Amino acid sequence: MATKQTQVTAKIMMSPAVLMLLAWMIVPLGMTLYFSFLRYNLLMPGMEEFTGFGNYEFFLTDPAFLEALGNTLLLVGGVLLATVIGGTFLAILIDQPIWGRGIVRLLVIAPFFVMPTVSALVWKNMLMHPVNGLFAWITRGLGAEPVDWLADLPLFSITVIVAWGWLPFATLIILTALQSLDSEQKEAAEMDGAGPISIFWFITLPHLSRALTVVTLIETIFLLSVFAEIYVTTGGGPGTASTNLPFLIYIQALLQYDAGTASAGGVVAIILANIVAIFLIRMIGKNLET
Amino acid sequence: MRFMPILLGTCAAALLAGQALAETTLTIATVNNGDMIRMQKLTDDFTAKHPDIKVEWVTMEENVLRQKVTTDIATKGGQYDIMTIGTYEVPIWAKQGWLVPLESLGADYDVDDLLPAIRGGLTVEDKLYAAPFYGESSMVMYRTDLFEKAGLDMPDAPSWDFVAEAARKITDKDNEVYGICLRGKAGWGENMAFLTATANSFGARWFDENWQPQFDQPEWKQTLQFYVDLMEDAGPPGASSNGFNENLALFQTGKCGMWIDATVAASFVTNPDESQVADKVGFALAPDNGLGKRGNWLWAWSLAVPAGSEKTEAAQEFISWATGKDYAKLVAAKEGWANVPPGTRTSLYENPMYQEAAPFAEMTLESIKAADPKHPTVDPVPYVGVQFVAIPEFQGLGTAVGQQFSAALAGQVSVDQALKNAQTLTEREMKRSGYIK
Amino acid sequence: MARAVTTQRKLAFTIIAWTVGLTLFFPVLWTILTSFKTEGEAIATPPTFFFFDWTLENYVEVQERSNYLRHAMNSVVISVGSTLLGLLVAIPAAWSMAFSPTKRTKDILMWMLSTKMLPAVGVLMPIYLMCQWLGLLDSLVALVAILMLMNLPIIVWMLYTYFKEIPGDILEAARMDGASLGKEIIYVLTPMAVPGIASTLLLNIILAWNEAFWTLNLTASKAAPLTAFIASYSSPEGLFWAKLSAASTLAIAPILVMGWFSQKQLVRGLTFGAVK
Repeated sequence: MATKQTQVTAKIMMSPAVLMLLAWMIVPLGMTLYFSFLRYNLLMPGMEEFTGFGNYEFFLTDPAFLEALGNTLLLVGGVLLATVIGGTFLAILIDQPIWGRGIVRLLVIAPFFVMPTVSALVWKNMLMHPVNGLFAWITRGLGAEPVDWLADLPLFSITVIVAWGWLPFATLIILTALQSLDSEQKEAAEMDGAGPISIFWFITLPHLSRALTVVTLIETIFLLSVFAEIYVTTGGGPGTASTNLPFLIYIQALLQYDAGTASAGGVVAIILANIVAIFLIRMIGKNLET
Repeated sequence: MRFMPILLGTCAAALLAGQALAETTLTIATVNNGDMIRMQKLTDDFTAKHPDIKVEWVTMEENVLRQKVTTDIATKGGQYDIMTIGTYEVPIWAKQGWLVPLESLGADYDVDDLLPAIRGGLTVEDKLYAAPFYGESSMVMYRTDLFEKAGLDMPDAPSWDFVAEAARKITDKDNEVYGICLRGKAGWGENMAFLTATANSFGARWFDENWQPQFDQPEWKQTLQFYVDLMEDAGPPGASSNGFNENLALFQTGKCGMWIDATVAASFVTNPDESQVADKVGFALAPDNGLGKRGNWLWAWSLAVPAGSEKTEAAQEFISWATGKDYAKLVAAKEGWANVPPGTRTSLYENPMYQEAAPFAEMTLESIKAADPKHPTVDPVPYVGVQFVAIPEFQGLGTAVGQQFSAALAGQVSVDQALKNAQTLTEREMKRSGYIK
Repeated sequence: MARAVTTQRKLAFTIIAWTVGLTLFFPVLWTILTSFKTEGEAIATPPTFFFFDWTLENYVEVQERSNYLRHAMNSVVISVGSTLLGLLVAIPAAWSMAFSPTKRTKDILMWMLSTKMLPAVGVLMPIYLMCQWLGLLDSLVALVAILMLMNLPIIVWMLYTYFKEIPGDILEAARMDGASLGKEIIYVLTPMAVPGIASTLLLNIILAWNEAFWTLNLTASKAAPLTAFIASYSSPEGLFWAKLSAASTLAIAPILVMGWFSQKQLVRGLTFGAVK
């Protein structure tokens, strides 16, 4: 029973957040839009001129654009898949009665606290390096030829690095949801002779659907703009095999201080991100209704 | 309301007065390489001599630093009083009027003592816009023990054919010994520094006199094919993500027979604290193909003062201290002659104590002398720079081309395809920037 | 009999869980171990695990070269400041969305989330220029504000989903008892919302702590946080694994310890409405 007064109060209470985000959106976005129609390079001051859609044309016709688009989606999809499946598995594991559960939980969440640049450096040089890395040492110990991770499987390797960082996030949310599962329901099912797989499939998983939705949505937002991991490890290569959209903007524009093209690339990325978001919301929005 | 401006004026005046009385604080942006770290640690010597100047350091890895100082200077951000920049930036920035010409370095600075090749790269229209802190070229570092075992004798000025042959001969993949380690990680300052310099010695060039990209020419094909084949036969696995540091680690752990890279690496690979092969390293000039150009580059990390800084006097005092002759003596007294920043002054290379302490001194000097940024290629070019093209577009362009060549090295595209892609994307950028129609 | 099976099962799960946990933790452990090695030892093959000459030289070097405390303090101010400010703005917004929802509430929420999709590399220059016009380069104020805005959508959303779990009946009851809006918030809502607020706080502090694009590009010296501290140890010419590992250990230690100690609070509210 919302009265008129409470509705007004509600609006007032909401307004700072909305206004601030509106300003945050309009000012940089407005400037970005404005710049995107200019030939504007910071290194060549005084040469700004209006170019219409020139910057967009240049960015969109880049030979690497489609590949970058594909890589962006593959990276998001791959990490999501890995963290959702891995997170569910881990959460169930930690939810079992085990010795030292607290410590295991600490171990599992630790990657979340490591800055992306640091984790990329560690993975690249101390783990994945085909000569000095630990993985190479292990594979050689097993008598096999070491895999050159970043050259042969660049996108996969980056997916692994990023997924490692996000796995704890997924695990924690799923674990929280798991712990709220009514154990009586499970016990009843067990009494009826249901095996662990069918319990998982028919009871646990439906219960987790909202948690999985949330993980998907939040991670997608962050994963669309993965940059540091690529920059540190493969530099988008070999070739453009691991270049995603943010990295393409970086190479095509930011590296040469071409504010015009960078802005055009930024606008393109925002539009694409929103398409993904709408798609996602459509797909999983039902899950968020209460 | 009338008195508001007055009040503001008074405040501003008071502020200004306060600033004039207080000591000057210099904010210095620099790269986190060893020689700069040493400079940072020796700051006390400078402040003892200039009690009215305080120094604040911002030390960053190269790429982050470059991005920060470039953004700052292009937007006139004014966050730094001294910037550490390289030979790539100096000509571009000086032309924009973004740097203060260094004209008050003091009477005993002795500008003529600076190595001509280095000085030339930092001079625009006869004015010095940045003072070199250390200079480097590239050269061959090789394992004397492996060469001896293979019965090879490294000449002081090898040819590419000899280097290729030796590399293949030394390679022993079962024992993790690779004949040659070269840069492969994409980046204008990574693989493209090496490949552009190498291409010079093969007679290739980035652009002809009319800025027409030249990747469709046979010289480039020859360069890239040579590089890819050599690395395939004699290079380490994972070469396409190796930069300077990755190769350094490989060489220091005894996995490379040869390594062609920056001359500063010499002091690392001969340092017994870090290197397992410290006493088995020899040096030679970068290879050539008999065309009159060697495949070595030229770079100088230099200190410059951004235009618009209000502390230009103090800044130049600092620069004079850090790049002057006395600084070399200071470092020598504290850390030994081998640790003096190399490659900037003739006097250092004439110093017998330095010659004795640094076995790589002569080769470093010869390498620097062999590079000519004003005439880098066999055929004439419209640009300055040995391992780069000093135009603002080069960072992005070089990195994009570097990605293609790195893909060729990883075997993901053919050499022909990589060159074709490089040609297309360079033409695209040059057209857009109005160099060519 | 049943007991034995349970113990066996428990043992099996314990082994699996510890294996997985240790594997996931390994890169962090490896970084910490490397920070106590010499540079030569750090790149040695075969790698050494525990039996090497433990040394503190890297930490001494880092201590000599950088002002760790200042960077750490800046990180604390930026992450805690931006999060607190964000909560201040977000709590009323989330409250009104949860308790007086309109048709557009969901749309507003989604729109808020979509502002997070602004790719940083695309808008660096506009934001940089703006900070420069306002004289806010290298200032904590600008970073607090920007990170607050970056994380605001997540904060609002987390709180919203948490507040929605609070039964409206209780508020009705409080209102019946004549509680004013202020009292309603202080005495009824807040105690119930504390777990949600706490975990929102923690999660966003972590996100802000690890943010490495804006914090690196908009600072020089005075406001430079730990991300800049890391940048001064990564990839110089020369060996740097041990020193970088020491710097990394120092940079992640505060947040890791905080995270470990508060993980119960972090987890408790981390539901995003995922629990019905």
